[in-house]
Amino acid sequence: MSSTGPILTVDRLSVRLPKGADRSHAITEVSLSVAENEIVCIVGESGSGKSMMANAIMRLLPQGVTTDHGRILFVGRDLCAASAAEMRSIRGAEIAMVFQEPMTALNPLRTIGDQIGEVLDIHTGLAKAEIRSRVLSLLSDVHIPDPPRAAKAYPHELSGGQRQRAMIAMALALDPKLLIADEPTTALDVTTQAQILKLIRELQQRRNTAVLFITHDFGVVAEIADRVVVMQHGVVVEHGTAREVLRNPRHAYTQQLIAAVPPVAAPPPRRLSDQTLLALSGVVKTYRAGGFLGRGARVTHAVKDVSFTLPKGATLGIVGESGSGKSTLARCIIRLIDPDAGSILLDGHDWALMSRREIRQRTQQMQMVFQDPFASLNPRRKAIDLVAQGPIVHGTPRDKALSEARELFQLVGLDPSAADRLPHEFSGGQRQRIGLARALALKPDVLVADEPVSALDVSVQAQVLRLLTSLRERLGLSIIFITHDLRVAAQICDLVAVMKDGVVVEHGLTHQVFGTPQHAYTRALLDAIPGGDFARTPHP
Amino acid sequence: MDALKRYFRSPAAVLGLVLLLIVVGMAISAGYLYPRDPLALAGRPLVWPFTNPRFLLGTDNSGRDIAAQIFHGARISLLIGGVATLIAVTIGVMVGAIAGYYGGWIDNILMRITEAFQTLPNFVLLLVLVAVFGSTLTTVTIAVGIVSWPAPARLTRAEFLSLRSREFVQAGRTLGMPDAQLILREILPNALPPVIVYAGVVMAVAILLESALAFLRLSDANVASWGNLIGLGRDVLRVQWYVSAIPGVAILITVLAVSLVGQGLNDALNPRLKQR
Repeated sequence: MSSTGPILTVDRLSVRLPKGADRSHAITEVSLSVAENEIVCIVGESGSGKSMMANAIMRLLPQGVTTDHGRILFVGRDLCAASAAEMRSIRGAEIAMVFQEPMTALNPLRTIGDQIGEVLDIHTGLAKAEIRSRVLSLLSDVHIPDPPRAAKAYPHELSGGQRQRAMIAMALALDPKLLIADEPTTALDVTTQAQILKLIRELQQRRNTAVLFITHDFGVVAEIADRVVVMQHGVVVEHGTAREVLRNPRHAYTQQLIAAVPPVAAPPPRRLSDQTLLALSGVVKTYRAGGFLGRGARVTHAVKDVSFTLPKGATLGIVGESGSGKSTLARCIIRLIDPDAGSILLDGHDWALMSRREIRQRTQQMQMVFQDPFASLNPRRKAIDLVAQGPIVHGTPRDKALSEARELFQLVGLDPSAADRLPHEFSGGQRQRIGLARALALKPDVLVADEPVSALDVSVQAQVLRLLTSLRERLGLSIIFITHDLRVAAQICDLVAVMKDGVVVEHGLTHQVFGTPQHAYTRALLDAIPGGDFARTPHP
Repeated sequence: MDALKRYFRSPAAVLGLVLLLIVVGMAISAGYLYPRDPLALAGRPLVWPFTNPRFLLGTDNSGRDIAAQIFHGARISLLIGGVATLIAVTIGVMVGAIAGYYGGWIDNILMRITEAFQTLPNFVLLLVLVAVFGSTLTTVTIAVGIVSWPAPARLTRAEFLSLRSREFVQAGRTLGMPDAQLILREILPNALPPVIVYAGVVMAVAILLESALAFLRLSDANVASWGNLIGLGRDVLRVQWYVSAIPGVAILITVLAVSLVGQGLNDALNPRLKQR
């Protein structure tokens, strides 16, 4: 499998950031090499400089950011010294790139076929008909169903996975020697991610392409990498073959990252209370869009007849891919959205039937933690006010609410002296703690958490999950935990319900559902978790 | 504070602020420098500027001191501009906030009304209002405010539409906040910066609208406004052009100052847009 000489050699490269950034260099003295027919993964969390690496190689650094030291050798040429014109002929033709979000990387106003054809048109002198047939063969190479139709489609008409396939087809159109993939599967569902990873592997082997694969997920690394480079704060902390690094990590940071990606094995089940706290039965939510007086409207069944019960003190995970209706369900439960039918019984009151007024009065019983730690806090409010505003709305005197808020800061592991700062002065994990404190300020019985950790780095994810686990024991919380990540669900949930297309296809105790899945979709989800055996068996 | 620092880093914004302060200074000092009624006869008519030290900017066709009218006119223009802008922005923010927050039929009704106002040319509507309600200073100011509210309303509505579905607003809702609190304390402070910036444009237009009205001699003739002076100068435009030109320059400078300050505020409040 291994090969002749390296395609790409990065030699002690440093990239300087503009003045006023949080550090002087995005990357400091990083060396790595990628050989023909080899997949090298750069792993690191946000801020590690891994994406800057890709931009530096492509010479597409943002304004004010410059490489100030080192060389980038690409088949014998130093890219740092190449002219702008040379770089243009290299980009796309010899080094191609696949981005994280295919929707923003594609032009929404032009068809897929057009955009792939454009690459061929710019770099080769092929005739129109020939370009067309090349486009179709590329699209069939990336296994897009019905290539002629996909070529005529606009980006929004394809699914996320198909768009990413189209991006890969475009990247491979000119048989590049090096493919740089910057988090290409992060925005995708697990099952789609598994397919795309398989596709990249397959194409790479067939064409002997060198691949530089940037990711934050050690599961993905286990799935695809030949060699691994681990980066932290712009420095390479560890590198080696995938086997070495995964089985025998030497650096503490690598060990921490790997520990943050635990196997999908549920911890021993806790004893659950017999007392039912929350009972859903037959919850339905249907969206209608367009149409006139109800005729010809597009109907989306977001949630179809969902029933389950949440025992007191238990954590119920609702898992599923995007579009499965899990977020809609969460918002129905807490009545941000009005369900069309069904009942949501909490403490003898049917939340599905309550008026807005009654809900405002009863919100103390049920609170929500949101997904995006950046969007879920009012940017103009101090952290302490954000936490205290709930109790104040419900009639607690301001002084008392503020002092309680300070205690909550301590409870969620924040420094109470930071209470007067604005949200943007906190990191993502800290903001999520503020969001949690805000929800806990009302002392709810039920906490609805909508993907509370999916916007966070893996190591921060682990911290927040530990916090949630300890809080639920101390406060006797019952939690509905929405997530797309089965590994996260396995860590924290006593019970899981697997959702697909608005229906709960399987539910039960976590270790049963994940250990002996009954439904084909649950099995597909579990198989799709990147990392194969690495993810399923405990790490040494 | 950062915004303030960014504001003073832009030369154009500082120039705008200086010009605006000069105009404000003129308005404040008018009473001390020209204590007499600016509309009273002061000397021979049509004295050219810089010929008689008593009338630095000359006199108009009925022998009134132009400099006195310019200084006192600054008061009127700023008053009309300020109050009309306040009226326009208040109505606009209220309509836009309610339409954007509630959506549905409320939004439909309010936006159709806004469009009804927008489809009529501003100035024609202003003429109608003045023709119906008379042309005292108060009615003119209110009329200018009433024709200027649709644009701030649309802007506020757009901001509310995008902000109301943000997670922090949903979080407020799950905490049990009533609608009024969500609108006023959660969404409005986040929606306001672009509206404040746009208020600069509204103010400039309001000053121009009043001047145009005065030029047609439809504004309040009993106050010394720049527009009135331009209107008077119309009769002697070909020979004694300075009668119209001097207040014209005053309007130009004021509108320029207000626009520059508005632009400066925009860049200071939205620093990311500036880095293009």
